[in-house]
Amino acid sequence: MQGPAVASTQETGLDLGLYKGMVELREFELKVQELYRDGKLPGFVHLYVGEEAVATGVCAHLQANDLVYSTHRGHGHALAKGVPGREVMAELWGRSTGCSGGRGGSMHMYAPEYGFMGTNGIVGGGIPLATGAALSAQLRHSGQVVVAFFGDGAVNSGSFHESLNMAGIWNLPVVYVCENNLYATETAFHRATKNTSVASRAPAYAIPGVEIDGNDVMAVYDAAGTAISRARSNGGPTLMECKTYRTVGHHEGDPGTDYRTKEEVESWKRRCPLKSFRERALASGLFAEEHFAEIHREVERWLQDAVEYGRTGPDPDPDSVLDHIFCDEQEHR
Amino acid sequence: MTNGVREITYVDAGVEALREEMLRDETLIYLGQGIGPRGGNFRQTRGLWKEFGDHRLRDTGICELGTTGVGIGAAMAGSRVVVDEVFLDFILEAMTQVVQQAAKVHYSSNGKIKVPIVIRGAMGSVRNAGSHHSHAFYAWFAHTPGLKVVVPATAADAKGLMKTAIRDDGPVLFIEHKGLYNTKGVVPDGEYTIPFGKARICREGDDLTLVAVGRMVQVALDAAARLEQQGVSVEVIDPRTIVPLDRKAIVDSIRKTGRIGIVDEAPAACGFSGEIFAIACEDCFDDLDGPPLRICSLPAPNPFSPVLENQMIPGVDRVVSEIQDALAS
Repeated sequence: MQGPAVASTQETGLDLGLYKGMVELREFELKVQELYRDGKLPGFVHLYVGEEAVATGVCAHLQANDLVYSTHRGHGHALAKGVPGREVMAELWGRSTGCSGGRGGSMHMYAPEYGFMGTNGIVGGGIPLATGAALSAQLRHSGQVVVAFFGDGAVNSGSFHESLNMAGIWNLPVVYVCENNLYATETAFHRATKNTSVASRAPAYAIPGVEIDGNDVMAVYDAAGTAISRARSNGGPTLMECKTYRTVGHHEGDPGTDYRTKEEVESWKRRCPLKSFRERALASGLFAEEHFAEIHREVERWLQDAVEYGRTGPDPDPDSVLDHIFCDEQEHR
Repeated sequence: MTNGVREITYVDAGVEALREEMLRDETLIYLGQGIGPRGGNFRQTRGLWKEFGDHRLRDTGICELGTTGVGIGAAMAGSRVVVDEVFLDFILEAMTQVVQQAAKVHYSSNGKIKVPIVIRGAMGSVRNAGSHHSHAFYAWFAHTPGLKVVVPATAADAKGLMKTAIRDDGPVLFIEHKGLYNTKGVVPDGEYTIPFGKARICREGDDLTLVAVGRMVQVALDAAARLEQQGVSVEVIDPRTIVPLDRKAIVDSIRKTGRIGIVDEAPAACGFSGEIFAIACEDCFDDLDGPPLRICSLPAPNPFSPVLENQMIPGVDRVVSEIQDALAS
């Protein structure tokens, strides 16, 4: 707020707010990586490093009551949808102060009060759920739009096919966002499917499909704006394929180099969505280094607070282990 | 409407429950294959599409995985949902959504997200449908924390339990028996619900307790009638819901009779019959006059040949003779 005056989006075609969003996602994940490697966090984590432009560009269009269904690589989706960093961090720590009270963790994290309907440990598992939420929104005339995030690993599943088919025939207000990072766990997309264009599958369901540079946040933002407006105005679903890359391993602990060359990883690091945004912004002459420095300082403060909140939060009461299995648990325990 | 009773079929009792609940709650939707204009493969939605239309009754393709997931997602987002698998066997296509998503969302979200969905399917053997259309694997769901499991045996129970299932805020497996759909039973006029976790004492007796669900309830009752002629008094208990289970009713009965048998259309190993067996041993060990008796389907895929399938599934003759043997030993 007190930083130097910022050139407007209209002047430059660049939105510094989106840059800040990407920095939050990047710095959050790098901190999680550090905490995980130090043995502070239980379980498993799949980091979103390199793919920040997708969640940031898409969720910038969403309203508070719009719904997001996410994946095993979902911390970025949660943050971009507005779940406070504190609550996400505390959840990764298994604390009762986490957004799911420590019952979910990285891959089963829910925050419906922010429209975040869950990360998901099952590849493709969230796609039918998002489709159903869109059916509910349509029937309830709620005006909500639903976004399903998933990777290239999900698009060869029956869940993908069955869901897009139903969304098409019912004209549902849902946007399918494929984060095509080229690898399903360790298997290269081209080794698993002959047609490696995800967007080209859309016509099979008679819905629009669009391929986007998923490392260009403004390109994602523009395409998502079109798709979300279409969904909100009863124009039906869209399949967005965002070409991107995770510059870390599949999960923390996977070096990510057995199945990818170092050259390939390095080439994608050079296409880092944050770096390329910054270079374009500086080249425009309308932004200065100080704009970016201020953003990084703000994010650093935010992140320190989140880590402290997660680190010091209380663990759940062991005796609560049977709570919430049923809605009427007192009766059926 | 008079406050009397009528005889209607088990399947029509379910239709009545659905109709009443659809009128009562406009957020209730019904998804499944052939449940619209056709009125359901078993006539289990007859007339509803005409009354409520495409918005409330959604015909889907033959895609149980997607349909079940869509139903769960709609329930998470604010609708109340019935998903019809038609044949329970077809839920195998959708098990990941039932077990990995529906059963866990309320728990993993720390109680923040409710999943008010009834997942309906018809189980069991009827008219020698063969091995792909005859399963009785309701115990699988009872083994999954987070799912309630309803297995109605009569028309009156089908209606009252369906209404309770629809009003439940969590996922309920509503498992009817194909062989019961056209059986008639006395059903009260007007509005009523039946609570989960309350067993029905179908017949009182003093010498042995028989526990059964679904179509096996009638097999147990027929066996009890025959045994009565031989001077054996059998009490028949239908728990009606496997989760929650009316443990007290079963235990009270065993303490009275001193003997327990379970008649089950599923195989014995690791199943519902073993659970009742365990309850008998845990709670009634000193009350038992003999070991619990399991009278179950033989562990084979349902064979097509009527001769073979009749050999596999418990019938009245087998129930009677196994009880006679047990009492004689």
